[in-house]
Amino acid sequence: MSGYTEELKGLIGKVESTRPARVEKAKRGEHFPSLTIKEREEWLRRYHPDYKSEGRARVGVGPNRGGVFPEEVARLLESRSMLDPDGINLGTSDYATDVLVIGAGGAGTAAALAVAASGLDVLVSTKLRHGDSNTVMAEGGMQAADQECDSPYFHYLDVIGGGHFTNSPPLVSALTNDAPLIIHWLEEMGMMFDKLPDGRMKVRHGGGTSRKRMHSAGDMTGAEIMRVLRDEARNRADRIKVLEFSPAVELLTDKSGAVCGAVLYNLETKEYYVVKAKAVVMATGGFGRLHIQGFPTTNHYGATADGVVMAYRAGVELQDMDSTQYHPTGAIYPEQNVGLLITEKVRGLGAQILNSEGTEFCFALEPRDVESACIIRECVDAGHGVVTPTARVGVWLDSPMIDMLHGTGTVRKELPAKYIQFKRYNIDISKEPMLVYPTLHYQNGGVRIDEFGGTSLKGFFAAGEVTGGVHGKNRLMGNSLLDVLVFGRRAGIAASECAKGLSETPAPTLEHVKKFHGELKKAGIKDPVKGPMLLPAYAPDHVKKRQWG
Amino acid sequence: MATDKKPVQPLLTGDRTIPPEGAKMITIYIMGRQYRVPETLTVMKAVEYAGYQYVRGCGCRGGICGACATYYRFVGDYRLRAGLACQTVVGPEMIIAQLPFFPANRPDYDLDGMKGDLHAELRSLYPEVFKCIGCGTCTRTCPMDIDVMDYIALMKRGDLKGAAKKSFDCVMCGLCASRCPAQISQFTAAMFVRRLVGKYVLPRAEHLKKRVEEVVSGRYAKMLKGLMDMKPEDVKRLYVEREREPDMAEPGAWTPKDREHL
Repeated sequence: MSGYTEELKGLIGKVESTRPARVEKAKRGEHFPSLTIKEREEWLRRYHPDYKSEGRARVGVGPNRGGVFPEEVARLLESRSMLDPDGINLGTSDYATDVLVIGAGGAGTAAALAVAASGLDVLVSTKLRHGDSNTVMAEGGMQAADQECDSPYFHYLDVIGGGHFTNSPPLVSALTNDAPLIIHWLEEMGMMFDKLPDGRMKVRHGGGTSRKRMHSAGDMTGAEIMRVLRDEARNRADRIKVLEFSPAVELLTDKSGAVCGAVLYNLETKEYYVVKAKAVVMATGGFGRLHIQGFPTTNHYGATADGVVMAYRAGVELQDMDSTQYHPTGAIYPEQNVGLLITEKVRGLGAQILNSEGTEFCFALEPRDVESACIIRECVDAGHGVVTPTARVGVWLDSPMIDMLHGTGTVRKELPAKYIQFKRYNIDISKEPMLVYPTLHYQNGGVRIDEFGGTSLKGFFAAGEVTGGVHGKNRLMGNSLLDVLVFGRRAGIAASECAKGLSETPAPTLEHVKKFHGELKKAGIKDPVKGPMLLPAYAPDHVKKRQWG
Repeated sequence: MATDKKPVQPLLTGDRTIPPEGAKMITIYIMGRQYRVPETLTVMKAVEYAGYQYVRGCGCRGGICGACATYYRFVGDYRLRAGLACQTVVGPEMIIAQLPFFPANRPDYDLDGMKGDLHAELRSLYPEVFKCIGCGTCTRTCPMDIDVMDYIALMKRGDLKGAAKKSFDCVMCGLCASRCPAQISQFTAAMFVRRLVGKYVLPRAEHLKKRVEEVVSGRYAKMLKGLMDMKPEDVKRLYVEREREPDMAEPGAWTPKDREHL
């Protein structure tokens, strides 16, 4: 029994008919010609979603006024507060703490642990549960130069070259210098790294690395990191208090513009809380759930760019917010797996990308952005996409080639999680190909920070996917887990130092919100949406039309 | 099926489900209330299709975070089934209830202070683990197909390393604990054991210890400063000229030509 429909099975027949010849060619070491640098540029310009002029909008207010961003981002940057800034009693606070951390994924939890270690109290606000984040979903691994043949020097070169030299050098320096310290910190906390019998870390190459420095814990590295960090944070309940289902919806600023707390919103009781803090760390993650240009995403449910929206309103500049990483191979079938990341490893093992005729149309291991452009071109322009029963369009990823090239059982051994995730729906990916299309994977840009997580506002720090500059316009695999921990810790330490320098918490205001609302009016922005978005809405149109409130 | 050569504009609807015309609709019961949804959806997408917006019970939507533990039955079938809402496909006449939260026993502990008898530490922190009655309901309930009862047995026996490995795929959804007649919170006990094993049982990485000392000494800060101060074209040259560790080299075996920057 196959999980594919009769129609799709018919198309798989075409893939099977071309497969023997393709495998023979691959065995001879021949592959589809790579695009020239000039072709790459043209394909990107014409087909990569980042380069399209449609779906973009100029932002009319705030520190990046005049900048062009994806529409979904621009709309939120021009949003108005959920709050009536005059209707909130800031005279008394519901919580007073040394440091407030907004977001409880990898970066937020690392920051909270750093604050607790410095002997201060920290309140953590999070929209969903503690640990609900993109951190938990990272499969592949984390880079750190800890082997003898490697050093932060070479890691630096890999990161900045991979980012096409658009990264901020001090951030890359901090990232690569601290990486071994982070691995050591995790080992001390009892994380179960993949190791050789003598304790040496098992390390692998990733796209764009000059040394093997990808550390892993099975194919759930991020999940292991997150559960260890969360467990340790729970052990530090004397210092760390976590408020779940209570996202921040607005920062609080003092009369000088320094950040001194936030307004939280209890998603269940619909009540707001005023939190006064001497310093604030923003660690809310990325924007995958904005579904830029309608793309599906590999991101978790809460990835709605809340932190960027709040920080922007308070006057913090953003960088590279126009840059999005689309992973070329997100599953589009079956419906249950839509958006599911199909790791680059599948193509690394020899699986080719094919159109509806079962024909190869591009080299399967072009850089991520180029590969995505090739797939979009084949579907949109050439009309050789495969249409699924839920009207999604994509191309084949011919995984059965892997066993034919490397021996029976390779798929099961090398891709256990993917094998199970399809087997569940009666698709054996060692025998049948997968249907894929590019999927929204990572927010490259964000809040501008210095190497200590500091921003242009006093008392305000940020870390992780909510920030920009670490990866420039293109991130390499294995550097986002590292990013959240390095800068989470650094921001936690810097925020603690900042808090220690203040004898009392400044009086909070919402003046920056009033000012921003004034700017919206002046810029003539009609009917701004309310932001941050907090939760995505997936009800179908026929239901939405009938919903009240 | 579009096999003609007409350009196809992909229907990009994010995570919203737009069933094609003529899609087969089935009846499901969300917390007992009847809804009609297209077949082939996951429980999570079916609940959203019905019009719900999740606050609790939804996380990564990819089967790894454990937010969406779900119980279900089919009308006319006595069996109680369990799964993750984001990974379980709806079927006709399915009655669904998600667990928004499940209270677990999780005593605090000081990992650094545990250097002696690790099995004794487990016994004092989680005495209930030793009261497992071996019914196997946890194993049958686990959506990750972990043999929960077996790792509990390994814990009882003192094979902590075995228990750590066996429980490694746990997403901490809490379904095992919700059904345990001995009232064990298996998943929190397993978390504790994995950290014990990670810290005290698995061999430490010696090369890492050495590298940490070098980082702390400031050795690399100087090299990195050099790179930051360099002209962009020189950094580009270094990037293009860097050596690549061979794919087949065993970790720790290969030595690059440029040893000045190690």
